[in-house]
Amino acid sequence: MSEHTLHFNPSKGFRARSKDVVDNPFLRQSFRGAMDFLMSKRAAQFPDAEELESLRTLGESIRQYNLAKLPTLLEQLEANLTSNGIKVHWAETPDEANEIILGICQQHSARLMVKGKSMVSEEIELNHAAEAAGIGALESDMGEYIVQLAGEKPSHIIMPAIHKTKEEIARLFAEKVPGVDYTDNVDALIQIGRNVLRQKFLEADIGLSGVNFAVAETGTLCLVENEGNGRMCTTAPPVHIAITGIEKIVEKLEHVPPLLSLLTRSATGQNISTYFNMISRPRQPGEKDGPSEVHLVLLDNGRSQAYADEQLRKTLQCIRCGACMNHCPVYTRIGGHAYGTTYPGPIGKIISPHMLGLEATKGLVTASSLCGACGEVCPVKIPIPELLMRLREEAFSPPHANPSMVGQGAGYSGLISAVWRGWAFVYRSPGLYRLATWLGSRLRWLTPSRQGAWTSVRVPLKPAPKRLRDMLKERG
Amino acid sequence: MSARDRILGKLRQKMPSAVALAPDVATWYATHRPVEGATDKARRFRHFIELAHAEVLAVTPANWLSTLREVLRSKGIDKILVSEETTHGCAVLDEFPRQGVDCQVYNMAIEAWKTEMFNATPASLTAARGAIAETGTLILWPDPAEPRLMSLVPPVHIVLLNAANIYNTFHEAMLAEGWSHGLPTNALLISGPSKTADIQQTLAYGAHGPKELVVLMLTEGEQ
Repeated sequence: MSEHTLHFNPSKGFRARSKDVVDNPFLRQSFRGAMDFLMSKRAAQFPDAEELESLRTLGESIRQYNLAKLPTLLEQLEANLTSNGIKVHWAETPDEANEIILGICQQHSARLMVKGKSMVSEEIELNHAAEAAGIGALESDMGEYIVQLAGEKPSHIIMPAIHKTKEEIARLFAEKVPGVDYTDNVDALIQIGRNVLRQKFLEADIGLSGVNFAVAETGTLCLVENEGNGRMCTTAPPVHIAITGIEKIVEKLEHVPPLLSLLTRSATGQNISTYFNMISRPRQPGEKDGPSEVHLVLLDNGRSQAYADEQLRKTLQCIRCGACMNHCPVYTRIGGHAYGTTYPGPIGKIISPHMLGLEATKGLVTASSLCGACGEVCPVKIPIPELLMRLREEAFSPPHANPSMVGQGAGYSGLISAVWRGWAFVYRSPGLYRLATWLGSRLRWLTPSRQGAWTSVRVPLKPAPKRLRDMLKERG
Repeated sequence: MSARDRILGKLRQKMPSAVALAPDVATWYATHRPVEGATDKARRFRHFIELAHAEVLAVTPANWLSTLREVLRSKGIDKILVSEETTHGCAVLDEFPRQGVDCQVYNMAIEAWKTEMFNATPASLTAARGAIAETGTLILWPDPAEPRLMSLVPPVHIVLLNAANIYNTFHEAMLAEGWSHGLPTNALLISGPSKTADIQQTLAYGAHGPKELVVLMLTEGEQ
């Protein structure tokens, strides 16, 4: 079991976790190498700047159009899924979602659930809840399988085991998989995983998956993947449970091709994934395979809070490609675990405050140089830097009566606020400003030699012995 | 109040009053993707699916069966899963057993033979409904004759594709065939053998699905 659970305060310990990674040259090399690889793969998929720009504009308009009609589309999706024979469940909180999923498992006396890659299932900590209920929950995506075996969490939303070298994985398999000798041959390692998991697909009572797009007009759940484990989880066991956030809806089937193209090209630099799996029904009379029961769990978990504000609503345009983290100078240096949230990197900084509240996440929104790379590569044009600024304001402005977010003002400090007000006052009045700079240049010997984090790697800051105005006066 | 009503209530309260402009997907495709003739589409399809590590063999109605036999022989496979409800499946069933190839049929629900499917089915043959040139993608609509697991569990998946059914784009395929008016239980796009790059970004084939994907691309008459 992992020690990184959602129940702790990501802001607490964020600096310490970041420092651990920054101090570890191997981890830094892993992340640097992986991000360079993913950035160049993406760039190769978009050789034509005009095509990229117009496709991003189209992607943005599709997401905004569908979000504008979200409640209507959710009802349409529910009606069409229901008439197709798929049962729809609604959950406001992670606990409710776990209760629904484990309830279905218990109805079927399930002992083993195989899981396709689902970040929403990470968000609700389903594996821990299942374990507590005596149900085995086994990750089947190779990367997820590896991190589960290591008792860790994914460090990237697309490539969960990106922080691990093949030698580490080889040692892990030799230690944890019965009858396996050490090998660091990647093909051999994948075959080991394949053989273990094939047996599990055969035995599993429940298959769990996420959803990339839910199509309202046809009542269809779409899944994007390369390995085939998603198809296994949604086809081999007798029951399939899908879970998704309420925002992943499109009205028309026609909205899917542009989003699919943006997703796979931005995420891993593939023109399309190996599999695109569209599920509209449970097994019908006469059909010889497929689950006889299909369920969809729709999870809110703070998304409706983001929805309520026109600017923050843009957070929900996300199609979870991970390009923002691949291009983020902060993510590249501190990796995915340092954030302490399910979703790391720039998207994690703007979505996590809605899920966990600003009290627990106020530190994350400050961990950005606002270089703008995330906003530039976002395939659906989420203005991430702008949203980071907004969240900083929400977190650090004085608490007020009608907050648009849980934890508004959590980072507010009366002292800091007074310092800034004083600074603004001095800068607005020329006489005071002159006096202050004069005092600064005369009393510079009073500046402390230790200035917190600044002097840990830099020389102390000191006012100049002569003010600019004095120097200009001397030159005449 | 149920979770459903509470969620919908919160969203409805804050739903924008102005109607958003419907995105114009069709115009984007019309201005950004070429419409090609049969030869160019087939070439583009082949180029991209081969990049994704699939094998493509051009066949005719006269030689596809002998080509299939050759594929199996070259891979050392002596058993194949076929459908007894399709013409191509029946053609294989008529020929292959006497050539020493064991032919398995999918004639009962998976529960009755799941272990054999997973552990003793080295190859399968299914048809593709069509294909997409833009990305090198096969379109499969599994049905009672050729069920879902047939294209997933056997380590070698061989697909018969009529080259006349290649579309320029996914968007064109769904519009031309009216997918929005009715989708099957499961519709699939397949663009190569199963793969993963989850270990140190190193590409490995045969993650959980087929390790090899062979496309028999059928054209009428000429080679």
